Parts: sequence; C-alpha cells; structure tokens
Amino acid sequence: MYKKWWKILSVVLLVYTFVAGLLINVPRQPQLQETIRNLFFHVCMWFGMMILFTVSVIQSVKYLRTNNLKHDIAARHYAVVGILFGLLGYATGSIWMSYTWIDSNKTLFNSFGSIAREPKLIGAAIALLVYAAYLVLRDSIPDMDKKARISSVYNIFAYAMLFPSIWIIPRILPSLHPGGSEGNPALNFKDASMNMRLVFYPAIVGWTLLGVWIVTLKIRLSILQEKKLSQ
Amino acid sequence: MKKIISLLIFSLFTLVISAQDVTMADTMRSEGKINVVIAVMLTILLGIVLYLIRLERKISKLEKNN
Repeated sequence: MYKKWWKILSVVLLVYTFVAGLLINVPRQPQLQETIRNLFFHVCMWFGMMILFTVSVIQSVKYLRTNNLKHDIAARHYAVVGILFGLLGYATGSIWMSYTWIDSNKTLFNSFGSIAREPKLIGAAIALLVYAAYLVLRDSIPDMDKKARISSVYNIFAYAMLFPSIWIIPRILPSLHPGGSEGNPALNFKDASMNMRLVFYPAIVGWTLLGVWIVTLKIRLSILQEKKLSQ
Repeated sequence: MKKIISLLIFSLFTLVISAQDVTMADTMRSEGKINVVIAVMLTILLGIVLYLIRLERKISKLEKNN
C-alpha cells in the first residue's frame, strides 16, 4: 500500500492525458466537434467509479470471509471515492450535454424535458442513490461488528444493483447518449478512433490510480482514528 | 451498377464536405493558444498532486507517532 511507483505512474499518465488529450487529432464529428475530447475526462470518471465499486465489493466479501475490520473500512472508502467519481461524471456530463443535446428549435424547458428522461441519467442516479444508502446504513450503526457485517452484505446488494441500473436497462432503451444497443459505449472498437484509444486507455488507468491514491490515504486516516478510539 | 457507383461516389463526396464543414478549434490550435489551456489544466493537476503528497506525509508522521 505504501509503494510509490503507481502514484508516479498515475501522475505521469494524467499529465499525458491532459497534454495528448488536447493535442491529438480527433475525428471531426458534427455537433460533437471538439467536445469529443471529453471522452478522456467525463467517460473516465464513470470507468473509475465502476472499478472502485468493484474493489469495494471485493473488500466487503473479504470482510465477510475473514472478519477483519480493515477490509470493511477499505470497502467504505472505495465506495465513497467511487461515489465522488460518479458525481464528477454527472457534473461533467451535464456541462457536456448542455452544449450538445440541447435542441435549439425548442425552448430550454422542453429540451430539458427530453434530457431528463434519458435512461442513462436515471440509471446512474439510481446506482448512486443505492450507494448513498450504503453510507447512511453503515454510519448509522454504532456497534462496530454489526456495522461491518450489515453494511458488507448491503454493499454486495448495491453492487448487484449496478448491473440492471447501469449496464443493462440503459442499453436496451433508446437514448441520446452514445453507446446503446451496440454494446459498451467506450470499449466499442468501431466507435473510438485508434488515435483516441491511445489516450483513452491510459487516461482510465491514470484517473483510477488517482482515485485509489485518495482511497489509501482515507483508509490510513480511518485506521488511525480507530486506533485512537480503542486506546 | 453505374447507379450504385455514382451513389457511392456521391456519398463519399458528401462525407468529405461534411468533414470540412465541422467547426473545430483549428484557429485556436494554429495560434498556439491551446497551450494555455494545457498549462492551466496541468497547474490544477499539479496542485492536487502536491496536496495529496502533503496529506500523505502528514498521515505517515501520525502513523509513526502512534
């Protein structure tokens, strides 16, 4: 956990993302125009969120198998930073869509009506709310072991809810958001050009590692706090 | 056959034309101002990373004291 190389790797990859992400040649798409470069930032937030949630559920299962409270603390912080990434994905997405999805022939209000009905937005909101409930549940139980066990079990349910709410239902329904019935919006090889993939994959790794870095700091703080409380 | 070929050529032409029609930040790039944006973003990234490193040092100190 205290090794340095992956933190340096994260920073190097992020610097590469920022420089190459703005300088490379991207496909010229009507409507999207230069905003296609948001792929390296907005989409990576959602990727990072999914990876962090996956690690979180793994830690929860580990806790249930070993009863080691460290795993439960880790699961909580992975979930928190996952939610942070999800919220950032939401915020960046709302900026992006207000420039590309707004119908200039309609009033802003009517345009918003169709955007608010986007299955991808609703699905992501459900997923984030389910994880918010995880935090509420975990922090509302005073007894340490009970808290850890109940919230670990709930975390597995929350992860299972990701499947219908993010990965299945939004892809069945028609949507303005790219990547619907054709499969994964980001990993589809027909969609992203070779150039963009050269930046996109390192960007995912860089952002995710930055998230993991924050998580490890939070875990270490929590463990210190627990030690102080038990003294 | 001829029709198909002419259709193909026509669609190719429209593709080329539409590709040129799309407004991109070409002037910004040619004037070199995109570098400013990169500089700003890198500054923000640097700030966040320095903050994280400081935080990590503080936590390491606390861990040693315990």
